[in-house]
Amino acid sequence: MENILEVKDLKVSFHTYAGEVQAVRGVSFDLKKGEVLAIVGESGCGKSVTSQTIMRLIPSPPSIIKEGSILFDKKIDLVQLTLKEMESIRGSEIGMIFQDPMTSLNPTMTIGKQITEGLVRHQGLSKEKAQKEAIELLSLVGIPRPETRIKQYPHEFSGGMRQRVMIAISLACRPKLLIADEPTTALDVTIQAQIIDLLKDLQEKIGSSIIIITHNLGVVADIAQRVVVMYAGKIVEQGTVDDIFYRAQHPYTWGLLHSILRLDDDEKSELVPIEGMPPDLLAPPQGCAFAARCPHAMNICLNEDPQTQIIQDEHSMACWLMDKRMRTEIR
Amino acid sequence: MSDPILEVKNLKKYFRVTNGVLKAVDNVNLSIQRGETFGLVGESGCGKSTLGRTIMRLYNTTEGQVLFNGENVHQLKGSRLKQFNRDMQMVFQDPYASLNPRMTVGDIIAEGIDIHRLSSGVKRRERVSELLQTVGLPEEHASRFPHEFSGGQRQRIGIARALAINPQFIVADEPVSALDVSVQAQVINLFKRLQEENGLTYLFISHDLAMVKHIADRVGVMYLGSLTEVAQSHELYRNPLHPYTVALLSAIPIPDPEVERKRERIILEGDVPSPINPPPGCRFFARCPKAMPQCQVDTPRWIEVETDHYVACHLYK
Ligand SMILES: Nc1ncnc2c1ncn2[C@@H]1O[C@H](COP(=O)(O)OP(=O)(O)OP(=O)(O)O)[C@@H](O)[C@H]1O
Ligand SMILES: Nc1ncnc2c1ncn2[C@@H]1O[C@H](COP(=O)(O)OP(=O)(O)O)[C@@H](O)[C@H]1O
Ligand code: SF4
Ligand code: SF4
Ligand SMILES: [Mg+2]
Ligand SMILES: [Mg+2]
Repeated sequence: MENILEVKDLKVSFHTYAGEVQAVRGVSFDLKKGEVLAIVGESGCGKSVTSQTIMRLIPSPPSIIKEGSILFDKKIDLVQLTLKEMESIRGSEIGMIFQDPMTSLNPTMTIGKQITEGLVRHQGLSKEKAQKEAIELLSLVGIPRPETRIKQYPHEFSGGMRQRVMIAISLACRPKLLIADEPTTALDVTIQAQIIDLLKDLQEKIGSSIIIITHNLGVVADIAQRVVVMYAGKIVEQGTVDDIFYRAQHPYTWGLLHSILRLDDDEKSELVPIEGMPPDLLAPPQGCAFAARCPHAMNICLNEDPQTQIIQDEHSMACWLMDKRMRTEIR
Repeated sequence: MSDPILEVKNLKKYFRVTNGVLKAVDNVNLSIQRGETFGLVGESGCGKSTLGRTIMRLYNTTEGQVLFNGENVHQLKGSRLKQFNRDMQMVFQDPYASLNPRMTVGDIIAEGIDIHRLSSGVKRRERVSELLQTVGLPEEHASRFPHEFSGGQRQRIGIARALAINPQFIVADEPVSALDVSVQAQVINLFKRLQEENGLTYLFISHDLAMVKHIADRVGVMYLGSLTEVAQSHELYRNPLHPYTVALLSAIPIPDPEVERKRERIILEGDVPSPINPPPGCRFFARCPKAMPQCQVDTPRWIEVETDHYVACHLYK
């Protein structure tokens, strides 16, 4: 399958009064057409900065893209675009959904206006056509009585409804890529189930590729085909959902999998936390960023950063435990 | 042997709002045994915090009563009230908002000690060090300020503060919801250890059912101000009776792709209705896949269907 997105060696920093925060420190991954990719990791590990850089939504200054490329649809490097060029891609070819739909909806504009705006601007639809399309979109995302709802303002919608409206807006132009940053984190579980179901359904109908950022590994297991695990601005492991859930190789991934609970466990299972916290990205550690919390850390981990190794097919990870040189040395 | 430390009887907490009466807690009955963890789950706005706060005496009751060690807490006065304020403590959801940014960690932890004039000077300092140690923080942290700490560390500080005056009962309102899962596990293990060491009783409020299943002995499910079901936690998860509990459990994705591929999910339609001027009958009626005509008219009674398994639904007699 063809790639819709190829992120290569992306490095993003923020200049703050305290110094340079290295939020994303060399991230590479691909997204295939029609695929759902999940990005997971503790807060502050660079998930949002990565996705917002793809959307070119982070103002510069204070941020700079220090290195790397983001090849979209095999032809455009998003890093090289002017903000104006990017604006026409945003909302037509790439859509985005955020955690808090209230902050991304305009409180002073009717829902209908907010949906039709993009349709008129990007697709040149007439007002009437756009209006019809907006009603269709709202019913597509499961909003009852769309003809009346379209005239209402965001505060007249519940959290789950607003998220549906956000999805309707981001889907208005049938984007090739949809980026959803914690789309269900602020929602109740029954509403989360509705939204995830909706995303799966829409993905089948529209065929968009999706990047979903979430800290909920249940949601990942439910919706994703592939998973990227981030830690301290880097990808420590990536692979298919089965690679990550059943054949994880990186101690950080193990840590994440052990610190979650399963509702279907019969026994009272032991909760094994990852002790400590992620490092400060103002001064990231020299060696493996996970070394301070890793139960398997060796001397080399403190001094040298492990290289990314391919384990099999799409499964890769960066840890000295799997380094070929290491393994021969141990033997 | 039943030894309830807390009993809630026909408790109602209504708020007057511009367009009517908001029934945040509507006729709740429950009892919590000494030394157990009672988990309270339900979706946003269903009244969990209001129930917790009314039990804590932060709110008056509209009707009904809260008995703590057999005494009606809303009628306590003088030294009995003082004692109650020591015996029951709260840990809040937001470790950022609940600590005074201008106070040192040591002063925050010792707040209760100071209010109740329990100790001062060296004794107080020793107690603070001991508490920091108990929650797994170095004692040097006493002189630092909250903003210097991560969410997990701040939550430990909040727990140390609650423990400072040796309470019997802790209301923990979403104490780990704001934390990363890896850090949640640290704090949950701390809660468990402290309970074993000090024989504490917990009312543990959360919307995370997997977490509640893990920590609680018994679980109560709330919907729109009322309890819909209460049972031993393994019983509730193995044998949910109320249609809302069934749907809620079904909504939670399991972190296991194999399981998820095979699972058929019950997707509830619509949102939780408003608690302002709620219609008569069963509160879950509008979303219930099993609703019957009777449900729209009669409020289901709270009945014990099996030993220690309570439910309010017309499907059960
Ligand atoms: N002081 C108040 N005045 C009016 N209404 C209130 C007040 N406090 C709470 N409510 C309302 O009571 C209902 C229950 O709120 P409560 O905070 O107890 O819910 P909760 O279950 O704790 O929700 P969450 O999971 O979001 O914390 C809500 O509809 C809320 O808006
Ligand atoms: N505007 C900003 N200024 C400085 N640092 C920032 C800014 N935005 C994000 N960061 C830092 O970048 C890192 C990654 O953040 P983010 O991508 O938001 O993490 P998450 O994985 O939780 O989405 C964090 O260390 C964060 O503090
Ligand atoms: S490189 Fe070393 S410290 Fe890092 S995860 Fe692997 S074993 Fe642990
Ligand atoms: S009483 Fe009726 S509406 Fe309510 S939960 Fe039971 S079956 Fe559903
Ligand atoms: Mg984020
Ligand atoms: Mg609450």
